[in-house]
This record gives sequence, structure tokens and C-alpha cells, in this order.
Amino acid sequence: MGIRRRDFLKSAGLAAASLGLPRLARGADTASIYDIERFGNARILHITDTHAQLNPVYFREPSVNIGIGEMAGRPPHLVGRAFLERFGIRSDSADAYAFTCFEFEKSAGRFGKLGGFAHLKTLIDRLRGDVGAKHSLLVDGGDLWQGTGLANVMQGRDMVEVANLLDIEAMTGHWEFTYGEQVLRDNLERFKGEFLAQNVFLTEEAAFNDAPAFDKASGRVFKPSVIKELGGHRVAIVGQAFPYVPIAHPKRFTPDWTFGIREEELQKHVDALRATEKVDAVILLSHNGMDVDLKLASRVTGIDVILGGHTHDAVPQPIAVKNAGGTTLVTNAGSNGKFLAVLDLAIGKGKVSDIRYHLLPVFSELLKPDPGMAELIGRLRAPHVSDWSEKITTPDRLLYRRGNFSGPVDELICTALRSELDAEIALSPGFRWGVTALSGQALTMEDLLAETAITYPETYVQEMTGAQIKDVLEDICDNLFNADPYYQQGGDMVRAGGFSYTCTPEAAIGGRISELKLNGGKALGASHRYKVAGWASVNRQQGAPVWDVVGKYLRSGRMFQERLGSGVTLKGVEGNPGIAGQG
Amino acid sequence: MTTTTGPHPTRRLILLGAASVALIGLGNLPFAARPASAAANDKYPEEAFKQKSEADAIKALYGRTAEPSDKVKLDAPEIAENGGVVPVSVTTTLDKVTSISFFVAENPYALAASYRIADGTIPGVANRLKMAKTTKLVAIVEADGKLYSATKEVKVTVGGCGG
Repeated sequence: MGIRRRDFLKSAGLAAASLGLPRLARGADTASIYDIERFGNARILHITDTHAQLNPVYFREPSVNIGIGEMAGRPPHLVGRAFLERFGIRSDSADAYAFTCFEFEKSAGRFGKLGGFAHLKTLIDRLRGDVGAKHSLLVDGGDLWQGTGLANVMQGRDMVEVANLLDIEAMTGHWEFTYGEQVLRDNLERFKGEFLAQNVFLTEEAAFNDAPAFDKASGRVFKPSVIKELGGHRVAIVGQAFPYVPIAHPKRFTPDWTFGIREEELQKHVDALRATEKVDAVILLSHNGMDVDLKLASRVTGIDVILGGHTHDAVPQPIAVKNAGGTTLVTNAGSNGKFLAVLDLAIGKGKVSDIRYHLLPVFSELLKPDPGMAELIGRLRAPHVSDWSEKITTPDRLLYRRGNFSGPVDELICTALRSELDAEIALSPGFRWGVTALSGQALTMEDLLAETAITYPETYVQEMTGAQIKDVLEDICDNLFNADPYYQQGGDMVRAGGFSYTCTPEAAIGGRISELKLNGGKALGASHRYKVAGWASVNRQQGAPVWDVVGKYLRSGRMFQERLGSGVTLKGVEGNPGIAGQG
Repeated sequence: MTTTTGPHPTRRLILLGAASVALIGLGNLPFAARPASAAANDKYPEEAFKQKSEADAIKALYGRTAEPSDKVKLDAPEIAENGGVVPVSVTTTLDKVTSISFFVAENPYALAASYRIADGTIPGVANRLKMAKTTKLVAIVEADGKLYSATKEVKVTVGGCGG
């Protein structure tokens, strides 16, 4: 720890102070980076999209995260140097390593892993202790129960235990829904906090059949909000689940429920909280994704702060958005347990007068793991960990997933699918979770599961024409780059294996994808049929789980073949600060 | 509250409030009794249902064009959970409403349904429409002899790959 401690020392007292950003004006002592000046009378701690990563992880932030139209060049669509400049972070600092992809491999050796729930617990307890009882609240923005092999076999039960020990008081959901209604309800029985979702309703058929709901009159399946007493004031936390669960995932998991952004229902609910419940502050705990939240903040009035997640954007400062009723602050708190958001509020009668916001990187080497949580994690992992500790390969390069178009993890998955399933073309979903593995370090089955553990992992092989492949790409690309955020789903582009293409993000649907070519250089024929392998289909499939297919390929000693890089040529976005390299 | 009036689930008519509205659509015969103030869609609008584009269908149904109005509230999902049954509804604060119609621009035939609103009825209609692909959805309210419209894009997607 000696060398690392020195590195943290050097990087403290950041240049950022020149911009007067309080969160970056840290003292020279490493331990003191978590000393936060007291402010206001209520503290809300927010974690989101931890993806069940119980232990500390490496996670490289994206080098491609393009914003289109009004979002171009605005947070969260800044990467690398552009991000550092926008937020006044010194390029050789620990913060640069935590928040961006800048010189990731070099810095990973200096600053180590981030996150881990035992480390998070130490930090959370300390920050709650700092403000005293009845002045703090811990909330989780969802994607807590999915992302590891353990969470997958335990169907999220492990994370419910962890959440209870951590004392998460309210959460909303996304991947939580992919375990299906029964498992979700069983888990929520055990969960001591509140599961909140104002935007999940019974379908009319389910309502007619008297399916269970929190409120039969409105059809709301879950409690929309909870009111907490904080610092002597009434604070409402409203839950907003991921709006597109039955579209992004197989509908069979949630057949009775219908989702959506539900702006109008949200407005009515917020108005009622203000008028009837006389709350002093309204916080939206959102899994919309940051672009959707920014638009929503401009249209819905009466919300003080949106604590956001889903798009995994680690944004150091809230973005202020004006609307007809005043201003709403929008945040996004990163992913994989890398960050803890601290929102300090000065609340008066019916009003938030000021706030301070800190998005703290959870540097595992600076935090002593909480013994109770470490024991629980050990106990939860014990029955499975030996099965998954076998080394299956040693990567010869950095493996990461996150990026709008591609990353080495998905290139590897596509290569394995094509090879094992004897297909010309492979498609792999553009998930944003999945951790980073360093070059030269053993990769285990547990690591592979952290890239693939979902409830619909079955692989498939099917014939598709060139025109169908283009249509699929166009469709998914529109979910990423539609100029209207309400039409975006918050994932990245489907990963292409065995072929390359040109993408023009600013075009309209139908016009973004061109020049599809097989790896050999031959153009895809519109009516020619290709053998396509893939996984994570929203339709039911029968093939072996993707982790077995990729595991088999890696165990044979093979890694990458042919080309490196995304295989995607970008057009019309030259100079966009959401691009800093491949990915 | 839910009444099925047609043979197809996509043509179900849901009555909002206690009022009643008449459905004029495929497989439904027009009501025999009509108020004297019957509008342009007085008889079964066979020609309108044959039109491919929404502009032609509007012209065939009403014989004129509509002006966009924020008094027409069209509710539909941004992204459909199932393109086969997309829930859409229209309410309006306009007075003297005589008809409400839905047009799905990208469907093979754009006119999806047209409702006559009887005198003294709350002007609100909800139904389920089938949408072949991502499309512009147009709702038209005929009120006091004039046409008002609201438009919304509804995305029909193959799904998958959500974060």
C-alpha cells in the first residue's frame, strides 16, 4: 500500500480547486478525501447500478459516449480529456482514473480497484455517522440484484441480504424485473427497505383478472413513493423504474405489467405530495438514464433533485435544468459500486434552499472493509466460489466492455460465438455492465460470468438476410441516438462480429447504417442469407448458455482472431467530445 | 367499463366515463339512428378506409385539413411494448365535439378508427391499435365543424440491449 498511498498523496489537492469545485478541493491526507464539510440539515446517500459487484472491481469508463443534437458535447456525453477539462480534474489524479478512461491501464496499477460492498459499508456508515441519527437516508437506484454469477444463481437473494445489512431504505429497479414477478416479490418480502416505482402499472387484462397491485384504483403495482423524516423535515422519495423493461428484455418476465416514462402520472403524484402531504422536498430516484432525466426535468415541475442511474454515467456535478416551476437538479452516479453520491440538502418549510453534491470514488485501498459485510460476502460466495475460481485463460490485452460501439470483451464473445457455433456473423448485446480485466492477469469463470450473467443467456444460430441485419442495426442504433431522449433505451450499440459497418449517428433511422462488409471485405448482400450467432435474445432460445460457449472457446487456448477494434467507422461526428478513441 | 364491440381485439372500444360513443370501423355497421347534426363521417366511410396515406384518409373522411391543437390530448407510448396492441387514447377540452379519429401513418391503410361522439358525451376515446412499424400517429377531433389534431411518434422496435 506504500506506493499507492504516495500516489494518492500526489494526486490530492487537485488543480480542480482552481474552478472552485468543493468536491475536488481535497486535503493532502489520503484518509481526508472522505471528509466532507457539514452542510444543511439532511444527507441523502445514493448508489446505483452496482450490478451486484460485491468485491472491488476494475471498471474502465467509456472512450466513446457520443451525444447527438442538443446533447452533443454536454455531460454526460464527454469522455477522456474533454471530461477532465469540463470538470477541472487533473489528468494524473486519482479522480481522472475513477471518472474517465484516460490512461486507464497505467493508473489501474497506481490506484487499484474501486467499490466493493464491505468498503462501501465503511464509507456509508462513516458519512451517515457524520451527520447523526435522523438526518440521513440511503437509497439505491436499481440494478442491484444482477451482474454476477452469484446474483444469477441466487436470483438476487444475495443482494437483498447485502442491502439489508447496508441499510438501503428505498430502491427502484431494472434488471430486478428479469427474475420474474414471483422471485421479485419473494425478494421484496425479505427486503427491509421500500421498493418504489411510480411508473409500473397492471395491464388492463391483469387488472381485470384481479392481479395483485399496490393500488387497485390506479393499477400501480408498487408503492410510488415514501416520505421520510430527515432533519425535522418531510422528504418524499419517488421511485422511477426503468421505463422500457418489457421491450429491452423478454416480455415473459413481466407479462402482467406495463411500464413507460409516465410523465403525466408522475406530475400528478408530485403535485399531490406537495399539496396534500405537504412535503418539504421531492427527490426522484430514477432509473430512466441521464438523457431521459434531463428531458423529464425540463417538463415535470416540483422535483428538487433527480438522483439518476441506468446509463452508468459518473457525472461529478448535478446539471441544473429549468422548468415551468423552477429548477430541478439532475445527477447520475456511475456504476459497479465505483461511486457513492452524497447529496446534502438545506431544507426549510416546503423548500430546499441549497444543496451540496459530492460523487465520491470508492477507492478500495483507502477504505478498511467493514468486517460484518466482509463476513456476509464471504458466506454468500462460499458455496460457489471454488467452482468458478478455475483460470480459463490469461488475456493478452485489457478487456473492457463499455463504449457506444464495441469493446474487447464483446469482440471476444463474438469471436467465440462465431467459432464455436460455426457462424459467419455474431451479434452481442450492448450492455453497459461487465467489469474490466487487466492484461496478463488470470481470467476465471467468475470473471466471465460478470460479463454474461443474465436470466436469458441462451445462445442461438439463425439465418438472416443482409437487409434484416441492417434493419436490426438501424433499430438498435435508434435506441441509442434518437434525437429525442424519450425514444432512447439507454443501452449501447449491438456488437458486430464478423463484419464491419459505417455509422452516421446524426442521421435518422434507416440512414445511420451503411457499408456493411464481411471481414474479408465483401459487401453484405441485401437478400443473401447469413448464418448469425448470438445470445440474450428477447425471444425464447434453446442454445447453451453464452458463458459455457465462450468458456469452452477460451479454455481451448484461443483468444482473439483477425481484426482489432470495433469495426465501426463513424461519420459526421468528427470533433465530438464524446469520442476519445476506439470503443 | 370495458366493452368489446368488434370481432378484433385491436378494435375494442373502451367507454370513458358513463357516456357512450359509436364506433364506425371495419366489421361494424354504422348506427341506424343519427342526430340531425351528423358530421362528415355520417355514413360508413368506405373510401377513407381504403386510403393508404394519412393525408388522403383525412381528406376522404373529412374533406379538409386539421390544425394542430394543444387542446387535443393524445396519449400513446413513446416506445410500444407490443406493436400488435398499442394502447392509445384521446381526450379534449374542446366543445361541441362530433367525432374523433385515429390515423396510423405507416400502416397499409392509415385510418384505424373513427368515432362519432353523440351530443352531451364526454369526448374521450381509448383503444388498441396495431402498428406495423415505427410510425406517426395522428388523432383528429372534429369540434364545432372544425378539425383539430395531435400527433405523436410511436416507436415499434425489435427490442433487446437495454443497458
